[in-house]
Amino acid sequence: MKLVNLKIDDVDISVPAGTSILDAAKQAGIKIPTLCYHPDLPVKASCRLCLVDTGRKKLETACSTPVKEGMKVITNSKKVRDARRTALKLLLANHPQDCLTCVRNGSCELQALAAELNITDISFYNMVEKLPIDDSNLAIVRDQSKCIKCGRCIEVCQEVQCVGVINSSFRSGEYKMTTAFDKALAETDCVYCGQCSAVCPVGAIYEKDDTAKVWKALEDPDMHVVVQTAPAVRVSIGEEFGLEPGSIVTGQMVAALRKLGFDKVFDTDFTADLTILEEGSELLERLKNGGAIPLITSCSPGWINFLERFYPELIPHVSTCKSPQQMFGALAKTYYPQKAGLSPDKVFVVSIMPCTAKKYECARPEMNSSGYQDVDVVLTTRELGRMLKQAGVNFENLEPEEFDDPLGISTGAAVIFGATGGVMEAALRTVYEIVTGTVLEDVDFKDVRGIKGIKEAEVELDGQKVKVAVANGLGNAKILLDKIKNGECDYQFIEIMCCPGGCIGGGGQPYGTTNEIKEKRIKAIYDADKGMELRKSHENPAVKILYEEFLGEPLSEKSHELLHTHYVSKKK
Amino acid sequence: MAKIVELITENVGKVRPDSLEDYLNASGYEALKKAFKMTPEEIIEEVKKSNLRGRGGAGYPTGSKWEQLHEIDETPKYIVCNADEGEPGTFKDKIIMDKDPFKLVEAMTIAGYTFGSNHGYIYIRGEYPLSKKTMQKAVDLAKEAGYLGDNILGTDYSFDIHIRTGAGAYVCGENSAQLNSLEGKVGRPRIKPPHLAEVGLFKKPTLVNNVESFAAIPYIVLNGGEKYASFGTKESGGTKLVCLSGNVVNRGVYEVPFGTTIREIIYDLGGGMPEGRKFKFAQIGGSSGPCFGEDKLDTPLCYKETGKNGLIVGSGALLVVDDSNCAVDFAKCISEFFVHESCGKCTMCREGNRQLLRILTRFTEGKGCKEDFALIEQLSNVLPISSFCGLGETATRAVSTCIELFRDEFEEHIEGKCRAGICSFSEGGK
Ligand SMILES: Cc1cc2nc3c(=O)[nH]c(=O)nc-3n(C[C@H](O)[C@H](O)[C@H](O)COP(=O)(O)O)c2cc1C
Ligand code: SF4
Ligand code: SF4
Ligand code: SF4
Ligand code: SF4
Ligand code: FES
Repeated sequence: MKLVNLKIDDVDISVPAGTSILDAAKQAGIKIPTLCYHPDLPVKASCRLCLVDTGRKKLETACSTPVKEGMKVITNSKKVRDARRTALKLLLANHPQDCLTCVRNGSCELQALAAELNITDISFYNMVEKLPIDDSNLAIVRDQSKCIKCGRCIEVCQEVQCVGVINSSFRSGEYKMTTAFDKALAETDCVYCGQCSAVCPVGAIYEKDDTAKVWKALEDPDMHVVVQTAPAVRVSIGEEFGLEPGSIVTGQMVAALRKLGFDKVFDTDFTADLTILEEGSELLERLKNGGAIPLITSCSPGWINFLERFYPELIPHVSTCKSPQQMFGALAKTYYPQKAGLSPDKVFVVSIMPCTAKKYECARPEMNSSGYQDVDVVLTTRELGRMLKQAGVNFENLEPEEFDDPLGISTGAAVIFGATGGVMEAALRTVYEIVTGTVLEDVDFKDVRGIKGIKEAEVELDGQKVKVAVANGLGNAKILLDKIKNGECDYQFIEIMCCPGGCIGGGGQPYGTTNEIKEKRIKAIYDADKGMELRKSHENPAVKILYEEFLGEPLSEKSHELLHTHYVSKKK
Repeated sequence: MAKIVELITENVGKVRPDSLEDYLNASGYEALKKAFKMTPEEIIEEVKKSNLRGRGGAGYPTGSKWEQLHEIDETPKYIVCNADEGEPGTFKDKIIMDKDPFKLVEAMTIAGYTFGSNHGYIYIRGEYPLSKKTMQKAVDLAKEAGYLGDNILGTDYSFDIHIRTGAGAYVCGENSAQLNSLEGKVGRPRIKPPHLAEVGLFKKPTLVNNVESFAAIPYIVLNGGEKYASFGTKESGGTKLVCLSGNVVNRGVYEVPFGTTIREIIYDLGGGMPEGRKFKFAQIGGSSGPCFGEDKLDTPLCYKETGKNGLIVGSGALLVVDDSNCAVDFAKCISEFFVHESCGKCTMCREGNRQLLRILTRFTEGKGCKEDFALIEQLSNVLPISSFCGLGETATRAVSTCIELFRDEFEEHIEGKCRAGICSFSEGGK
């Protein structure tokens, strides 16, 4: 690789040709402020905060300018500071100064920059225009008055997710990020993945805050409030308290939830194991008796929304299994109260999810097989972080605790549901043993792991070759789906996760998520799996008892009633 | 006494625009025939010798631009003619397209041959429906007669020209925004680098030149670059079309050799101010150009001297303003233009221009204050060096030069006084 030599301030440095000044400065240990830049998205160079002096008449944006041999870059001079501060002041003059009541207070990139650049007055005229807030749906709120037009949401919605419901339109002062005809999100094809809310640097797109509903239930003495935690939350919630990305804090999380006052702290991992038994049986059943092949997984509600809105013709390919969170909800209001001697109408089910689409999912009319709404409230990882802070829970110093029985018992196969490829790997571990009747010694299916958009693998099952594929991020899913539609695909089993990286990269995860951080969370997921005694779903003792006591066997009538669902076309 | 030269306007008014025969009789297509006998390197050498610089406004040396594109191996290459002519007060590209369209067709064909390109595009301003019709007709006639299309003049070289129109956005005159628009995308500028010579139209190497720049090519090829250059000054080769407008007697387009002074253009060619009005200031290069006073009238029009005096050649627009006009109101109108035309993408231009307009509007309403001067200065210092594209970079130039010239008038407006009587202050001013 060709190296380029340059000097940034007083640091001489060599970097590969094509490196941006911003990245070179990072390597030189020099910080340049940025706002529109996001390491995983295309460079836009629109905010003008990363300006540096390269000795030309014009300043240049460090995020978009490649290094040149012999370049001399000055990142800190009056000229540079004045320009950056002007850009920031211009943005602030058109920004509501609502920090004290803003959802991003303390986690806002704009606010942080204002402090960093020592802005003590704005000097320009106030241009703020109050625009209506769109809270038309159950998952995502848009407050355009706070939008600083960085364009990140558009890129993620269009290029990464290929949903494309937000776009930039108009010019000049009217330039804004809109839906077609400025419709409310609820009237668009939005799949509620929340990826836009995860990349927005300010409080212009965020998840609907449902913490008040949970506080209320916790206060209600008549209510038995149970909580389930998704696999991906245990490797990310620590970040809300300043812990290193990739810290595994399962035990502290359980302890913290008890401190909040939940009556039982359960684990979505339990129903993740259950999903494998149901979905694995469905796969074998289809392979044996015919049925739409490839079978596609169904645990990601953002993906299900995408299916119903854009690919309804592929509905027969998708597993009828509910997502683990909804299987949990159905059992938490049937099996569990029966066993615990509770009245189901007094059980209140809260989910802690990395996901915003699950807020929408839990309110789907068909998700009431217990006779009640199976899951009452879904909170994102970020919302849980806010509740814990509000309650003054000293997270870092908590002694780890264990989940409650029986819906808290799980295997390593369930933990890996949190990362892309995990559902596939978990399914293979179980299906292999059922089909071959032999013990699987090496449980690691490394081909399906990692952050790559589309992964493929081939597994021998009793002489029969099974081809599988894994896609994460809807843009990648779309590539596979088009192949299926055109009959160009010979896979038998496909895992699709709506969010890039899988649930560890969910739209409700802590702010500041980047691919680098996702890799760390993924590593933590597999470390957690390795640390488990049981690593195959069918070995979960609590699941075995559940079948014995309640469901009978996978795909039984009772299973169908509680654990399976159906999809309908919502194509416009 | 200023003289008019006819190098690129030689046929204007002398040929019928819809007659290829007229064009041929006026030595049309001799240049292309000559070019076919030259190597691309020889053609580029002549363009370099001509000292021709981009007439779209930026003044980039055309020879260098051509050389850079020639050095790139990737194919296909595209030829784009920028006929957006969006700079207010500029109407010279229109003359060439309406009166001598074959010259542009021939010029683009020479360029196409030089770069081995088979497709050219002319991006014509939406407000020029007649030019579009005329150009289309010329393209069709040239094709019928074998001067365009497959196997031009029996050679194995083929070239086609496609005509497209813009939707009226000024920023689509900026070359990268124009390519986005040609690709059917929203006309917003691209990040550079990569330069258009590397990643241009449909991501392929592309030449973008202005109509007037192209129009000089046949003369240069036919008569040699040195001959063309000899009409101008040492650094600024040839002639420039000047669009004279505003408070002058004879408005219009004039082809003058570089080196002609601005005073000569305004007084000798333009006939000075109408009936006894006094010169107040002029603006050169369109709305994106600077304003200047009496003291700079003797600046020769050429890239070097205008540069030395804080002026530009730009598109060649020259707007004359007499003493019946208010400098504050003038600045505000310019600012309105930029607020309207900003594409909105970058912070500096989107937010900076609205602030500037807000401030200037307050002045015209008698609500300005001393602190506003500091804000204008801040914007005038920062926007030119930190906007995303040329639009934001030049948006404050007219306003800041206007204040330099007429600070006293701006101060009077704070007191609620407009000496030209243009600004009407609501009761009590501020
Ligand atoms: C905002 C803006 C508007 C422009 N408008 C035009 C235009 O209308 N016509 C034009 O030829 N060049 C225009 N330009 C300049 C072009 O970007 C480009 O420099 C030119 O087309 C190159 O051709 P030339 O080298 O032959 O001048 C504009 C530039 C900017 C920044
Ligand atoms: S988005 Fe950021 S800067 Fe704006 S009000 Fe909220 S916290 Fe403050
Ligand atoms: S939630 Fe997902 S689909 Fe909806 S606007 Fe945001 S990125 Fe697009
Ligand atoms: S909504 Fe957020 S992400 Fe989208 S452009 Fe505005 S500030 Fe950027
Ligand atoms: S300077 Fe910025 S906002 Fe203005 S036209 Fe160029 S890119 Fe658009
Ligand atoms: S971070 Fe470079 S321009 Fe926004």
